[in-house]
Amino acid sequence: MSRYALRRLAQSVAVLLGVSVLVFAIMQLVPGDPVRAALGQQADPETYQALRERAGLDDPVPQQFVTWIAHAVTGDFGVSFRSGETVLSLILERVPATLSLALGAIVVALLIAIPLGTASALRPRKPVDWFASLSSQAGLSVPDFWLGIMLILVFAGTLGWLPSSGYTPLTEDPAGWLEHLILPAITAGVSSGAILTRFVRSSVLESLGQDHVRTARAKGMRARDVLTWHVLRNALVPLVTVGGVQLAYLLSGVVVVEFVFAWPGLGQLAFQAVESRDYPVLQGAVLLFAVIFLLVNLVVDLAYARLDPRITYRSAR
Amino acid sequence: MRAGETLRLLFRGPTALAAAAVLVLLVLTAFLGERLAPYDATGTDVSNRLQGPSADHWFGTDELGRDVLSRVILGAEVSLRVGVVAVGISLVAGVLIGLLAGYYGRWVDDVLMRLSDVLFAFPAMLMAIAVLAILGPGSTNAMIAIGIVYTPIFARITRASVLSVREEVYVKAARSAGAGDLRIIGRHVLPNVTAPIIVQTSISLAFAILSEAALSFVGLGTQPPDPSWGRMLSEGRGFVEQAWWMAVFPGLAIFVTVLAFNVLGDALRDVLDPRQRQAMAGTGVTA
Repeated sequence: MSRYALRRLAQSVAVLLGVSVLVFAIMQLVPGDPVRAALGQQADPETYQALRERAGLDDPVPQQFVTWIAHAVTGDFGVSFRSGETVLSLILERVPATLSLALGAIVVALLIAIPLGTASALRPRKPVDWFASLSSQAGLSVPDFWLGIMLILVFAGTLGWLPSSGYTPLTEDPAGWLEHLILPAITAGVSSGAILTRFVRSSVLESLGQDHVRTARAKGMRARDVLTWHVLRNALVPLVTVGGVQLAYLLSGVVVVEFVFAWPGLGQLAFQAVESRDYPVLQGAVLLFAVIFLLVNLVVDLAYARLDPRITYRSAR
Repeated sequence: MRAGETLRLLFRGPTALAAAAVLVLLVLTAFLGERLAPYDATGTDVSNRLQGPSADHWFGTDELGRDVLSRVILGAEVSLRVGVVAVGISLVAGVLIGLLAGYYGRWVDDVLMRLSDVLFAFPAMLMAIAVLAILGPGSTNAMIAIGIVYTPIFARITRASVLSVREEVYVKAARSAGAGDLRIIGRHVLPNVTAPIIVQTSISLAFAILSEAALSFVGLGTQPPDPSWGRMLSEGRGFVEQAWWMAVFPGLAIFVTVLAFNVLGDALRDVLDPRQRQAMAGTGVTA
C-alpha cells in the first residue's frame, strides 16, 4: 500500500474517533434523563431501571464511552428505548430500502448528467448549453421535498400512473419495487444530476482540447467515434469518483425524501428516533451514516489516486 | 478590484441582475411583512377553507381558511431571518477557525482542520436533525443547528486562502516591520481573503434557506402558528389533491429565493474568484 493510502487511512481513523466522540455526546447532551424522556413519566420503574443499566447510564462518563465504543465496533449499538429490539437489527431492516433509493437516484442523476453535460460541452454557448446551465442551476435550487410533492400531485394524483408512497422489497415483487422507486429516485437524483451535469460538461470540454483527440480527428476518424472512444472514455473516468461522492451523499442525505414518500429507509429511522427520543437508535444511525460517508470518500480518494498517479498526500490535503 | 468595477462586471449579464432584483424584492417583502399582506396571516376563517386562487385570495386559502398569499409574504421574513442568522453564525465561527488554522499552521492547523473534518463527516441534514434532537425544535435552534452545519465549509475556504496570502511579500514585510499577529491578520490577511468568503456566503444563504424549509417541513424548525414556507408545504402536503395551491406557492417561493441566491453566488464567483469555480466544478461542494 502506498504512503498516501496509509496516511489517508490513518486520517480517516482519526476522524472516525472524533465522529464517535461526537455521536456519543448526543446522549450526554440531551437535557434531563434520556431514558425518562423516551419512556415518559408513567413508565414502569423496572423497565426504566433495566434500560438505564443496559445503556450503562449509571457508570462514569469515560467508562460509558469506552464501553459504548467497544460494543459499537462489534456492531452492538445497544437496544431501542422504544421497541426493545437491538439497534443493529433495526438498522439492517432498513438498509435495502435506503440502498435501493440511493442507487435509483444515482442512475437518475447519471441519466440526466451524461447526455446533458456532453451535449452542452459539444456546443458551448449555444442554446443547448444555456439549457443545461439553467437546468443544473434549477436542479440545485429546487427543494427536493417540494419536487417530491409535485411529482406525487402529477404522476400519482392527476395521472394515476405511479404509487404516491410506500416501498415494496425487490425480492418480493420486482415490478412493484420499481414502480414505488421511480418517483423517490427522481426526487433524490435531480440535485446530484445537476452537480454531475456541470462536472461532465467541464470534463468533456477539457478532454476535447487534448492532443490525442486532435490527432484522432486529423487521422480522419468519424466524429462519433472520436467522441465515444477518445473524448467520453477519458472524460467519464473521473466521473466514477465524483459519482462516488454523490452516492455517499445519497446514502446518507435523503432523510427528507424518505419522509415525503414514507420510504422505510435509514433516514426515516433516524428521524423517527428523534421524534420518539429513542437516542440509542439515533446514535447508531448517525454513526453508521458518518461511517458510510467516510468510507465512500476514502475509497473514492484512493481510487482517484490510483487513476491519477500525480495525486500525493501533500497535494490532496 | 474596486467595488464599482465589481458591480459593473457582476451585473453585465441579465441573470445576475434578475437574481439581485428578486432578492431586493424579497428583502422588501420581509421588511414590509404585515403591511403588505392583504389578510391576517394567522387569522382563521373556517367558512372560507380550501378556496382556490381567486381575485380575493390570489394564492387561495388553506385548511383553516387562512390566506396563503399573506402567509407566503410573512414566511419571507422567517426564511430570511433564519438564513441570515444561521449563515452569520457559520461565517463568524468558520472564518475565525480558518484564519487561525491558516495563519498559525502546525498543530493549530492540524487540530482545527481535523475537528472540521469530523463535522464534515456528518451529512448536513442529519447533523442538523441531531443538533435539534438535543436542543429541541424551534426556529432559534434551527438557526444554531444550520450555523454549526455550515461552519466547516467557511473554515476550509478561509484557511485555503490564508495559506496563499500568508506567504505574500506584504505580509512578510509587515512582520519584519514588527507588526503583531492580530494586526497582520486584521489589516493584511483578512482583507485579502474576502472574495471566496463573499461567494460562499451567497451560496450558503441559499442552502441555509433550503435547510430551514426542510427542517420546518419535517416539524423540527419553525413551529405553528408562525408561517414558514417549509411548514406551509408540510401542511399543504396532506391536501395536495384537493388544494394544490397550498403546496405549490410556498414551494415556488423557496425555489425562486434559493435560485436567486445561487445565481448571484455563481455570478459573484465568476467575477471575484474564477479559480475557485474551476476547482469546485467537479467536487459537488456547493454548501
